[in-house]
Amino acid sequence: MNNEELKTAITTLLPTGVFEEGGDWLNVLLEPSDWLPFALQLRHQEAHYFDYMFCLTCIDWKTHLTMVYHLSSTKYRHNLVVKANLDKAKPDIETVSHIWRTAEFHEREVYEMFGVNFVHHPDLRLLILPDGWEGKNPLRKDFDDPVNMIKL
Amino acid sequence: MVEELGSNTEGDLIINVGPQHPATHGVLHLVITLNGETIKKVEPHLGYIHRSIEKMCESLTYRQFIYVTSRMDYLSSHINNHACALIVEKGMQIEVPPRAQVIRVLMDELTRIASHELWWGAMAMDLGAFTPFFHAFREREAINEIMEETCGARLTMNYMVPGGVLEDLHPDFQRKVKEFITLYKRKIAEYDDMVTGNIIFQNRMKGVGVISAADAISYGCSGPTLRGCGVSCDIRKIYPYELYDKIEFDEVLETAGDSFARYMVRIREMNQSIRIIEQLIDNIPEGDVQAKTKAVLKLPKGEFYQRVETARGEFGIFIVSEGGTNPYRIKFRSPGFSNLSALDHMARGSKIGDLVAMMGTLDLVIPDIDR
Repeated sequence: MNNEELKTAITTLLPTGVFEEGGDWLNVLLEPSDWLPFALQLRHQEAHYFDYMFCLTCIDWKTHLTMVYHLSSTKYRHNLVVKANLDKAKPDIETVSHIWRTAEFHEREVYEMFGVNFVHHPDLRLLILPDGWEGKNPLRKDFDDPVNMIKL
Repeated sequence: MVEELGSNTEGDLIINVGPQHPATHGVLHLVITLNGETIKKVEPHLGYIHRSIEKMCESLTYRQFIYVTSRMDYLSSHINNHACALIVEKGMQIEVPPRAQVIRVLMDELTRIASHELWWGAMAMDLGAFTPFFHAFREREAINEIMEETCGARLTMNYMVPGGVLEDLHPDFQRKVKEFITLYKRKIAEYDDMVTGNIIFQNRMKGVGVISAADAISYGCSGPTLRGCGVSCDIRKIYPYELYDKIEFDEVLETAGDSFARYMVRIREMNQSIRIIEQLIDNIPEGDVQAKTKAVLKLPKGEFYQRVETARGEFGIFIVSEGGTNPYRIKFRSPGFSNLSALDHMARGSKIGDLVAMMGTLDLVIPDIDR
């Protein structure tokens, strides 16, 4: 499906989704609570078949966090970017590690780097950072470490 | 981590492989739960070489950030640099001169061969053969010499820049590459005699570390790991960049999904890279090697994504720009990170001795995983 067809299909799936212009791919912004049912449909509906998650990351916009999921289909070769804005005080979103297994590691990385809490994640602990870093999230914009960080 | 050592309540043995272990090819730490000789669980502990390149890039300009990406997947540094150059060119709509495009593809493919050579030697050494390592390094040295003459570096090239390449080719480039092709064609038969056709190697690799196509896709595997399962995923073919849609080459696919399939994909991929180089080496157009660009590069406000095929798989760069001279947020999607996440799934139920054969054919480069 091209972007236009994808847009029509997704509007029927998720009427509350907001589409963003720009970039090569269709961007859809949704409420965090809509993410899990929407993800299941994207993965399992034959017409969409987004079986490959090639990127999962987070952006710190100072006022809020934005989760960014890049999905593609090995069958139809179409791509989709899904975003969800999270409250910085309580950044909770459902895990999708049981839908796309690659998300398990990527979510652990986002958890330690941004402090996003992935609800129902099977094994949410530090992956890259050493023990004792819980609560400090290096990729947040307000993170500061005068000892280990070299300012460029 | 100390309390994890020893054994758990079920009587399983818990051992550490790494962070300093010859089979992990770098500072990778695996905590393995064993029942007798059977693996029950493999848990990677990462971060021993984590430099927070993503955070670092937030304070680097679009000309500077290329230099740190060479330090991620240091065996594919040209290809990493290529991705950086492409994303800036895409954002700023810079036209790359034809000569630079050809040079870039040539360098990418030479890098791919060099990387696969090193993998081949190291993997054979993991499985107990020392000789192939020296053979592999002899051929790799020929490529490194070519690189050194043109780029001035042997490992961290930093040769591709937004708009083209840094310098023109060395006058000896074409002659040396042709010499290398002759050498390679003579030697690749030796590789097959020594390792590929060797029954001991085949027994150690066939049926080991099997992963199904559906699982490999779900784990986000890419490159030879996914192509070994018969899934077409070569970025050069499915989302072509640079000249790859105008060049003739085949995407290498195997269907078994085991270590031997991944091995064969890489061996056959080297031949395809030679095929690409042969098509281009006599057809390098004359002209500039770098487009005229502004002194200060500014990406427009928005989000950009560029993916390329490195020797290990799909490498992606995601940039969020606020319109300034440096990225607001940058994310590197490294192929090794996702490939490693599938190791636990592959290894469960197999013997500890086979773990080395699995890791060897995943071709892990740790700085690429940790970033």
